[in-house]
Amino acid sequence: MRRFKEFIIEKLVFLSGILVILFVCLIFVFLLKEGLSFFKDVKLSAFLLGKYWYPISEPPRFGILPLILGSLFVTLGAVLFAVPLSIGAAFYVAEIAPARIRDFLKTGIEILASIPSVVLGFVGMITLVPWIKAIFHVPTGLTALAGSIMLGFMAMPTIISISEDAITAVPRQYKEGSIALGATRWQTMYRVTIHAAKPGIIAACMLGVGRVIGETMAVMMITGNAAVIPRTFLQPVRTLTATIAAEMGEVVHGSAHYHALFSIGIILFLITFMINITADFFLHRVRTK
Amino acid sequence: MNEQVNVIDLNAYFGHIHVLKGINIAIEQKQVTAIIGPSGCGKSTFIRCINRLHEVVPSARLSGEVFLDGKNIYAPDVDPIEIRHRVGMVFQRPNPFPVLSIYDNVAAGLKLNGVRKRGQLDGIVEESLKMAALWDEVKDKLGASGVSLSGGQQQRLCIARALAVKPEIILFDEPCSALDPISTGKIEELIFRLKQDYTIIIVTHNMQQAARVSDRAAFFLLGELIEFDRTEMMFEAPADKRTEDYITGRFG
Repeated sequence: MRRFKEFIIEKLVFLSGILVILFVCLIFVFLLKEGLSFFKDVKLSAFLLGKYWYPISEPPRFGILPLILGSLFVTLGAVLFAVPLSIGAAFYVAEIAPARIRDFLKTGIEILASIPSVVLGFVGMITLVPWIKAIFHVPTGLTALAGSIMLGFMAMPTIISISEDAITAVPRQYKEGSIALGATRWQTMYRVTIHAAKPGIIAACMLGVGRVIGETMAVMMITGNAAVIPRTFLQPVRTLTATIAAEMGEVVHGSAHYHALFSIGIILFLITFMINITADFFLHRVRTK
Repeated sequence: MNEQVNVIDLNAYFGHIHVLKGINIAIEQKQVTAIIGPSGCGKSTFIRCINRLHEVVPSARLSGEVFLDGKNIYAPDVDPIEIRHRVGMVFQRPNPFPVLSIYDNVAAGLKLNGVRKRGQLDGIVEESLKMAALWDEVKDKLGASGVSLSGGQQQRLCIARALAVKPEIILFDEPCSALDPISTGKIEELIFRLKQDYTIIIVTHNMQQAARVSDRAAFFLLGELIEFDRTEMMFEAPADKRTEDYITGRFG
């Protein structure tokens, strides 16, 4: 009887493991099925490099270059904003802050991570957006810059906590070797610690970027959603994710537009997949070292 | 004999733990002084007070005075960075800087001091590696990564790195405990040669090593200095019963 129970539990656990993989595969297959049929009508190059996204005009045009560039702009901005700040914060928490401040900061970082993105978007909309409009004298504050800053906030907890782990994991003997040689704390940080922690820090940044690229709600609220090729950060942009979220509700089921949105999904999936693989590669390097 | 390091009533703590208790000791110039004693007796903490590395650990405190050539290194106007240039250190586990090449590992301390001229660096790097008896093994691959060397070579690289900044004193914190007997022999030989130019303080677990390399030995027990004497005196006729028990292997 007991053996039978063991057997059942073992199989159930096995089943849960397999199911996860199965779901991922099913989702991917579904995405491919719905998305690939789009390319019967439109060439891949016209899709990826087309400059106009007019899905409901006559004839419709399905160029996602403005959307890709929109995502790229917002992501790049978020990285420029979040990465230096996060690495600085990670060093402060890991190396400099006294225990009490460290605990306080870590709690704060966790709280930042737990704010729902729609709330961040909302806060950005009523604070950041009017500021940008007033400071830069632009017609609207709903810009790539606004999206970048809010997404930067979303990426920061990930980057900080993973970088901090990487910095803390640098053996004390490396740091002491440097200090014993007469290096200051700052010299030790940028000559020794950051090099030893580099793979972990890169992985942290990649995971942060992954989070930013996939984010939808906040960008939809504050980037202005204009599907034009952006030239500066002070222009409205539309990201890949926001396009799907905004148009999926009204699209005619089975139309070319419908399939085009799935194709955008495939592109997004591929991008995040590559980013996660890269992050994993660096994290793995940390562990095997 | 010149007393180069003079320690007066040194107490060291980690949080509430009293690690060193009222240490008084005078260490002579260009001699090898061995610090012996069982694990956890404060040997490492003691030498880390001489290059002001103790204070780097959070929660570490100390009181007392350490005179280096007559100047208290804990006086408020003393820059610990300057002390660490004068007192080099070699650690228990070889710790060459990751990513840096062999050359850059040796040059690291010089670059911190602002030496940038390639010719000058080349000269000192070669000289330091020769002094550390590593030159012949690495002269054709100075660009290779420091961590690609064997453990014993890495430890000699760390010695070269310490020598390059031309310290007056070199602290060795159990430098051979992670090494095989052949590498250990090379390091001991090196220490023997280095004492012509440097004052050396070596922490060791190994009684034979202390007997082989040191001129004087200090026996620490539970944070106190029990006995300090010429090494052969200490090993042949220890004054304190506890020293005798430890040396003859009755505990520790």
